[in-house]
Amino acid sequence: MLKSGAAAGSPCGSLRVRLGATEAMLRPSGALWVEHVRALVVADLHFEKGSSYAVRGQMLPPYDTRETVGRLEREVEATAPSLLIFLGDSFHDRKAHARLAPQDAARIAALSVGRTLVWVTGNHDADGPGDLPGEVEAEMTLAGLLLRHEPERGPQPGEVSGHLHPCAKIRGTGGRVRRKCFVTDGERLILPAFGAYTGGLNVLDRAFAGMFGMLPMAAALGVGRVHAIDWRSLAPD
Amino acid sequence: MDAAPATQIPERFNAWFASRGWAARKHQLDMVERARAGRHALLIAPTGGGKTLAGFLPSLIELSERPPANTPRGIHTLYISPLKALAVDVERNLMAPILQMGLPIVAESRTGDTGVARKQRQRIKPPDILLTTPEQLALFLAWEGARAYFEDLRCVILDEVHAIWPSKRGDLLNLHLARLQQIAPNMRRVGLSATVDEPDFIRNWMSPGTVEDVDLVLGPPGPAPEVQVLVPDGPTPWTGHTAQHAMPEVYDIIARHRMSLVFVNTRFQAEFAFQELWAINDDNLPIGLHHGSLSAEQRRKVEAGMARGALKAVICTSTLDLGIDWGDVDLVIQLAAPKGSSRMVQRIGRANHRLDEPSQAVLVPANRFEVLECRAAADAMIANDLDGDPPRPGALDVLAQHVMGCACSEPFDLLALYDEVATAGAYRDLTWEDFEAVVDFVSTGGYALRTYDHYRRIVKNADGLWTVRNEDTRRRHRMNAGAIVAAAVLSVRVMGRGRRPGRKIGEVEEGFLEQLETGDTFVFAGQVWRLETITAMDVLVTPAPKADPKMPSWGSAKFPLSTFLAKRVREMMWDTSKWAALPDDVREWLEIQKDKSGLPEPDQLLLETFPRGNRHYLVCYPFEGRAAHNTLAMLLTRRLDRLGVGPLGFTASDYAIAIWSLKPMDRLDMAALFDQDMLGDDLEAWLAESFMMKATFKKAAIIAGLIERRFPGQEKSGRQITFSADLVYDVLRKHDPDHLLLRCARADAATDLMDVRRLGDLLDRIKDRIRHIPLDHLSPFAVPIMMEIGKQRSPGGAGEMMLEDVANDLIAEAME
Repeated sequence: MLKSGAAAGSPCGSLRVRLGATEAMLRPSGALWVEHVRALVVADLHFEKGSSYAVRGQMLPPYDTRETVGRLEREVEATAPSLLIFLGDSFHDRKAHARLAPQDAARIAALSVGRTLVWVTGNHDADGPGDLPGEVEAEMTLAGLLLRHEPERGPQPGEVSGHLHPCAKIRGTGGRVRRKCFVTDGERLILPAFGAYTGGLNVLDRAFAGMFGMLPMAAALGVGRVHAIDWRSLAPD
Repeated sequence: MDAAPATQIPERFNAWFASRGWAARKHQLDMVERARAGRHALLIAPTGGGKTLAGFLPSLIELSERPPANTPRGIHTLYISPLKALAVDVERNLMAPILQMGLPIVAESRTGDTGVARKQRQRIKPPDILLTTPEQLALFLAWEGARAYFEDLRCVILDEVHAIWPSKRGDLLNLHLARLQQIAPNMRRVGLSATVDEPDFIRNWMSPGTVEDVDLVLGPPGPAPEVQVLVPDGPTPWTGHTAQHAMPEVYDIIARHRMSLVFVNTRFQAEFAFQELWAINDDNLPIGLHHGSLSAEQRRKVEAGMARGALKAVICTSTLDLGIDWGDVDLVIQLAAPKGSSRMVQRIGRANHRLDEPSQAVLVPANRFEVLECRAAADAMIANDLDGDPPRPGALDVLAQHVMGCACSEPFDLLALYDEVATAGAYRDLTWEDFEAVVDFVSTGGYALRTYDHYRRIVKNADGLWTVRNEDTRRRHRMNAGAIVAAAVLSVRVMGRGRRPGRKIGEVEEGFLEQLETGDTFVFAGQVWRLETITAMDVLVTPAPKADPKMPSWGSAKFPLSTFLAKRVREMMWDTSKWAALPDDVREWLEIQKDKSGLPEPDQLLLETFPRGNRHYLVCYPFEGRAAHNTLAMLLTRRLDRLGVGPLGFTASDYAIAIWSLKPMDRLDMAALFDQDMLGDDLEAWLAESFMMKATFKKAAIIAGLIERRFPGQEKSGRQITFSADLVYDVLRKHDPDHLLLRCARADAATDLMDVRRLGDLLDRIKDRIRHIPLDHLSPFAVPIMMEIGKQRSPGGAGEMMLEDVANDLIAEAME
């Protein structure tokens, strides 16, 4: 059993961490896996971000939803969860679900077959997922954790959230790399954005200030592996 | 003998020439004659030949003979310069004859710096002659009033056309020419160019039809320049690009001349040379600094100092390459090899703007290979033997921007626009399919998955013409027009009280800052600064005059060694009769190389293999420039990996490649290793993953309008874009691999970044001509590239000391 705040690698490239009393896996895809309740959590899918720009005349490639769904399908296949949780901002805007291509909508619906799908609402998608199946919640508890889209200010033991799209810039000998990352101090966890077009906010940005009691750790997404990064090796943008 | 019959130009003009103590030169009169015949013309003349006046003279005469009009008239002559400052400078030179002859001609400039009030007035009341830049012209042509504004246009003058034609800016300008001609069928095209190797390339580029439609007018050639290669006392360095060893001699040369321009290839070299020269400036000679990162205010100060003759020397980068005549320069010094002869000839043209006297130049090689290169360049320049860029097909991302601009200006017919575009030299081979694909991209994004048909940016109206969807789309296009995509830059500012940003001293790219930490000191704008903090848009610094500064590499390797110079260098190496002109230690180096390893024949590739430490090395010397070498080394490494020799790394310079591995490589079939088929799948596979491709894609996406740099109410810097171009690239590559923008990015990467064409030529040239010499230890030629390896591994001060140790070992090993 890991101590709270400790981290360890695993054969699948995930990073094993403890959040309060709960043990969880940070997956290289950016998803959170809570084994003993078989729950898979992803944040900030931002479906139809591409078409949201297109409506305003900037023709981003219309493939972001199918790319994001494809990644979700692979995660679901790899973990076979009984609970699938979308942690808010699943759609880029309130009208986005109406713009879904029928095939994409069908694939999203299929993800709920044989399991419970929960849409936690966020600021971009406060109205929920339209006609798509699944339960809609403002926040929820899970194995002693509190899941909500937007992290609350101040210390929040047991909170799992998204919203901030954390990103880590890491100094190395050959230069610097910028990667999506999880952020955790063993008490609370902020997930990276899962969507194909979602960029990131540097974890040294002041938006993250005051959220963590002790020096947190950034868990950066690498190719097939999550890297635990010491806070002191992070660089600002 | 230059004087021509006085009847050719009006008496008033002859009198004006006479009043200045001149007579009209033959090429100036030729240009008047070409204009009277209604012909397009390209004038090629060296700097100082009265080129600009030759371009304007026909228009001045025509305008002075024009009867007064009751109604306001449109623009008569449009002058386009690639430099903002140039358009302002020429306005000054053009105003002199207009004012002195009292001609009823209004000439005005318009650049990004022109005030709003003046711009508005220029739209309502056009001047007779408008001086502007390609970017401003792009805005004009995306305006609803473009047709009425330009329909009286009689002449368009493209200055410094040699510097702009083979680039994306040139593509855009080329399309603008086609558009202007369509609006004003009687418009004449006039190109003004420095000396180039292939005038027909430019004639073809600027012609509405064929090469013959543009008359070639040649100015007097002027005397050959006097070019010397500086050989300072003491040993010639093995590596490096700073020419630090030569600074005392360079200083003495500066002291002996009236005013010297000291050209360097990168801003880093400029800052370095400035520091070095001031460190030994016992006589307090006024030496200035001029490069593209300095604030405009600082640059203006230096330019004014030159114009007044108050400066003894100015260290500068390509910012002073083009034709601005700032002062009485009598010597051009090139620090480190010029990399190409055409650029050097233009730089030398900065010295002595009088045609009848030879220009003086000194080349200062920074290392041994550069001694060969400088010698080759000097010989080429004295023989007026130039290198040049080959023509390139017009880029499709630029075409997309142009199509959008046309739709913003007025509704267009698809067929008519295709016919118009195909009159632009760079787009003469454009297929209908590609054109349609571009228009579809502009309208819907051009995706195989056609979900955006409802959100078209341009739509077909009831007449079957294409027009912009709405005012908002039009406004956003105008905010993003232009084919210059600059890297994201931050302002460098002095930190004021309360850590607030103070006076701006210049701008740096984000990449520059990657190499610095808070607290580091660095040289910028000729002073040493300490990096305090980086905010969203600013780098805050404080003066650190006593500190020993870091020298981050900066804008390095901008110019690759030209194919043409490379060939001359290879010939010189082989031809021992040419060695007499070389310094003793360089000659000795060649002799020992010949003795211990070998020298390649001009068309051979010399390849050496040797063990060193517990590694095995393969070093070869193609002399094809860093970009082509990087690509070649990467492709060879992939192949060596498949052959199981365990390659560990590679490095590439302008002259050579080194690859090191776990297992020996001396038994490999080198002909098979260098087979041309490496340019197939391996290249494709590597390219797709390469970070260079992502950077190239982003530029193409910005030019084509997929990613907007600016939108109403906000200016985006690179870091503020709310989605990442890299993510878009990854998704597009996976789901729509044949998309137009990916095609653009691949084409750009192959030419601009990896020099694939040059690599192809190399592989073809060396087929069956690889001279493989297996050695027990490294050769004299291998020393510089082996030192490069050491350098890349150990940056920083401690690394430098280590490097010195390693370097002495290498030299001893190779030369003994």
